[in-house]
Amino acid sequence: MAGSTHACNTSETMNATAETSDIRGRSLSIDVWETLKKNRAAFVATLLLAVRALLVVVAPILNPYAFDATDFDLISVGPSLSTGHLFGTDALGRDLFVRTMYGGRISLMVGLVATAVSLIIGIAWGATAGFIGGRTDNIMMRIVDVLYAMPFMFFVILLMVFFGRSIVLIFVAIGAINWLDMARIVRGQTLSLKEKEFVEAARAGGVSDVKIVLRHIVPNLLGVVVIYVTLTIPQVILVESFLSFLGLGVQEPMTSWGALVNEGAQEMETAPWMLIFPAAFLATTLFCLNFIGDGLRDALDPRDRSN
Amino acid sequence: MRARVTNRLRLVFVAGAATLLGACSAPDPGRTIPVGGASGTELAAEQILNKNNGAEPQTLDPHRAEGVPASNILRDLFEGLVSEAPDGSLIPGAAETWQINDDGTVYTFTLRADGRWSNGDPVTAADFAYGIQRSVDPATLSQYSSILFPIVNAEQIVKGELSPEQLGVTALDDRTLEIRLIGPTPYFLGLLTHSTTYAVHRPSVEKFGNRFARAGQLVGNGAYRLDEWVVQSHIRLLRSEKYWDDENTVIDEVNYFPIENQDAMLKRYRADELDFTQDLPFKQIAWIRENIADQLYISPYLGSYYYSLNLTLPPFAGAPKLRRALALAIDRDVLTEKITGSGEIPAYSWTPRVTGYTQQPPDWAGWTQERRNTEARRLFKESGHSEANPLTIQILYNTSENHKRIAIAIASMWKQVLGVETKLLNQEWKVFLETRKQKTMPGVARNGWIGDYNDAYSFTQLFASDNEQNDSGFANDEYDALLDRAAVEPDMQQRAELMEAAERLMLEEQPIIPIYFYVSKHLIKPWVGGFKPNIMDHHYTKNFHILKH
Amino acid sequence: MLRFALKRVFGAIPTLLVLIALAFFLIKVAPGGPFDTDRRIPPEIEANLQAAYNLDEPLYIQFGLYLGGLLRGDFGPSFQYRDYTVTELIATGFPVSLRLGGFAMLLAFFVGVAVGTIAALKQNSFTDHAAMAVAMTGISIPNFVMAPLLVLLFAVTLKWLPAGGLGDWRNFVLPVIALALPQIAYIARLTRGSMIEVLRADFIRTARAQGLPQRTVIIRHALKPALLPVISYLGPATAAIITGSVVIEQIFGVPGLGRFFIQGALNRDYTLVMGVVVFYGVLIIVFNLIVDLVYGWLDPRVQYQ
Repeated sequence: MAGSTHACNTSETMNATAETSDIRGRSLSIDVWETLKKNRAAFVATLLLAVRALLVVVAPILNPYAFDATDFDLISVGPSLSTGHLFGTDALGRDLFVRTMYGGRISLMVGLVATAVSLIIGIAWGATAGFIGGRTDNIMMRIVDVLYAMPFMFFVILLMVFFGRSIVLIFVAIGAINWLDMARIVRGQTLSLKEKEFVEAARAGGVSDVKIVLRHIVPNLLGVVVIYVTLTIPQVILVESFLSFLGLGVQEPMTSWGALVNEGAQEMETAPWMLIFPAAFLATTLFCLNFIGDGLRDALDPRDRSN
Repeated sequence: MRARVTNRLRLVFVAGAATLLGACSAPDPGRTIPVGGASGTELAAEQILNKNNGAEPQTLDPHRAEGVPASNILRDLFEGLVSEAPDGSLIPGAAETWQINDDGTVYTFTLRADGRWSNGDPVTAADFAYGIQRSVDPATLSQYSSILFPIVNAEQIVKGELSPEQLGVTALDDRTLEIRLIGPTPYFLGLLTHSTTYAVHRPSVEKFGNRFARAGQLVGNGAYRLDEWVVQSHIRLLRSEKYWDDENTVIDEVNYFPIENQDAMLKRYRADELDFTQDLPFKQIAWIRENIADQLYISPYLGSYYYSLNLTLPPFAGAPKLRRALALAIDRDVLTEKITGSGEIPAYSWTPRVTGYTQQPPDWAGWTQERRNTEARRLFKESGHSEANPLTIQILYNTSENHKRIAIAIASMWKQVLGVETKLLNQEWKVFLETRKQKTMPGVARNGWIGDYNDAYSFTQLFASDNEQNDSGFANDEYDALLDRAAVEPDMQQRAELMEAAERLMLEEQPIIPIYFYVSKHLIKPWVGGFKPNIMDHHYTKNFHILKH
Repeated sequence: MLRFALKRVFGAIPTLLVLIALAFFLIKVAPGGPFDTDRRIPPEIEANLQAAYNLDEPLYIQFGLYLGGLLRGDFGPSFQYRDYTVTELIATGFPVSLRLGGFAMLLAFFVGVAVGTIAALKQNSFTDHAAMAVAMTGISIPNFVMAPLLVLLFAVTLKWLPAGGLGDWRNFVLPVIALALPQIAYIARLTRGSMIEVLRADFIRTARAQGLPQRTVIIRHALKPALLPVISYLGPATAAIITGSVVIEQIFGVPGLGRFFIQGALNRDYTLVMGVVVFYGVLIIVFNLIVDLVYGWLDPRVQYQ
């Protein structure tokens, strides 16, 4: 085999780092922060994202309109201070500002939770396969190969169809697919980690395998995992928007940025505000996340630091 | 060739002038596109019509096909015994004349002598007998054959109890066809425009089997022949020179595009890649009205949009007052003007405006919404619900922007008027069909019905207790008895009254909440002539022409 | 190398079998069937239809029949498009998807590598940030927004290009661009990352020290190793893109595999869905193999086992 991490579809930017990054100690977070500060683009992106997250959580509380309250006298009206609809209203007279905020909650939550799901499965799977090695490793990674050859939407559509659409299902469905990349990366790291002295030492000291994985292997994967997370969240948010395009997104009256953008895209000429506001929020968030991901990768790359 | 062009010109001068006048009833003076040259009726050199057809047909085999997209194309490829004029009235098709016996059970058709298949073979009565027999033959796997049950022995053949040859359809000679019915069926002539009754070309069916309906193999008797079929891209038809009325056919080529994405459809229409659309993106209706109002055609269509209430489960089982309260609390004017917004007609009763039938709106159809709301609150309270005993209702609908908007709007009306909480449940089409059919989910399900033929029976039959389409689970012996009597009643007036009484009875129980009557919606380029709206929304390409533009 | 390739191909057979079984049983569990319609059909007719398509047999027999068909290269008849076999449908859809995806990938590869390389050479400069910002716009705007915008501008307003449908090369321009934009972004980012690394490697420093011009250093020495991660991304990404993008195919009204798949799944066209899944599985396997072979060519350190 010419390297087992080849087929990483979504974790493309990870490969180089994943195969080479060093083991770091406790100072990781401080290190990251220091380097990130030097990368202005990533720094600004982080701040913007933090503001965005705060806004999405706090703003709906301050806004007088409920996210599902219709007003048939103010259907599809543009942004205006006099009506109190800062972002205008949608085709059912619902306040777009508050819907954009709620949509943001859902989108960010989908991004975080689905990524978390994929992390948990991926780390558990990859670390186990890598640590045990041998035939177990072979079988476990073969399963990953099989799943890789499955059209991913196929799973998601079937899941939506079987269990109806619930937000939990979207988390699980997207997360359950994204873990494949994580499993491969973690396995590769684990393979190299388990040859390290401190693992040997722990083993010689009679520490159980489970403990070795939890205490020694997993913490040392953090660097890789952090980068992976920032790169996966925007992908997951996009997948959710794709599901919305297919009509398989979150259940009304709840909404997401993807759903709002999809609705807005169909009325871009008649009611441009329905597209512009949610799309701006979605795009800038993805933008920030990607910049942070790139910044982090630079920050965590040992060769960069040595310079 | 030259002779033909002038011939066409003359024809169009008469036909075209009339339709143009009709079409331009609400022109937008600022945006009139000059068409038809100086005279306004000059034909374009290139007679190609590009139509959006909404979806890909499952098949072009007239006996196995179902659904609007397939029927649209089949009307061009085949011709039934009876055909339709642009306004939807019945005119002779493959049959020149017909006679009906006194009790309305025996139809004798005389086929036209110059009827030809697209390969030149003559169209005979035997072809029609073979076609209709094939339609009911269980081996054909027709999904629509139950529509032919009025014909003697049809039901038994479909169920495999008799052989197809025993069908009550006989070719008396080459040009005479006799069809025997089990009872007077006033809508039977209209049924003969339906594709299940088309003739098929026997030699090619026998040669190619169930796949005869493909490009290069399909032989039809319509004004057009199948030239190319690229699944999910387009179906191209060319004029059939063998068609008996080819002389008066103007369009040389018609392309059907299966564009499902309505937004994409409008863009392609605006880019002049489509001349005629089957539907509209209702979200863009405001843009359309503002910019191309003169190309927008909206007219009543033979269909009802409604919510069926599950009568087999609480909260609707045995709660007629609650059902009425919910029906009253919906402001249909707001719904059709502001939410759907493309001319849908508010519905308070079930059957749309079909021929020979008086619609049955209840008293409260004439009330103000204010009064309806007051009455709704009263009935809601009487049905035992209040703030202390709140009600939560589930609305089931299938994935579609339109259904979604309507469900949200109705939920909000119920909440405002009655304080009812609603849970929206959106399911994907096939799951939705299953859920609705099984009636295991309490609450309300979105529903719609398009009549197969222009007769009230196509609607009233739905609420017979044994009808498979009866999603509410409505069962009423009196209703069934009225329907049975109507089925055999030879007097048209009597028959209509029986069905009207049945509908009143049904509406009294409110097993459904009528919401609106469908309209057919088209965008048609100013240079397309020959279109006339009709309630069946059936349009034959042979009646169209393209003006110079 | 041939032995390696053969070994991989045979190794893929169990993978494929599991894939087929999984897909087959999953779709059969889905509620609703291919013959359910708004207008219900009498039970007798439904039974006939079920029998005609072997749906009345027990599942394991259906599975056996399906596998038997596959061995003969027969994907079975489509349930939805009743006059066509799945093989015929794939033969219609795949060339379209292949052309769209192939051109999009080519475009993305050249533009992406160029942008990424330039950004890497000027790391952390304004050019770098600007180039990456533009590239990232490609991933930050969903293509169901980008595609209609392109259509509105170039087809509806300017009337330079068709808004959709099949035809000549002009019909392909907009969908190819819409499809390529996010790929350009991914590839540019990948190239930038690995190029930065490679440029710091000793052999590049040596080359520069020898006074070779920048151009030669980049093209002759740096590009090849820097492309490694791009290549490993390209394999599965190409397989995914040439099997069709539902969004692009729907918006431009072209008959690609992605649309067939979604339509098939929604219509419960069991055989069509299976056909696309199997086809996709095979493509993924083939493309991963190609990637490994190209990898070996680019990176002499890799040994085939």
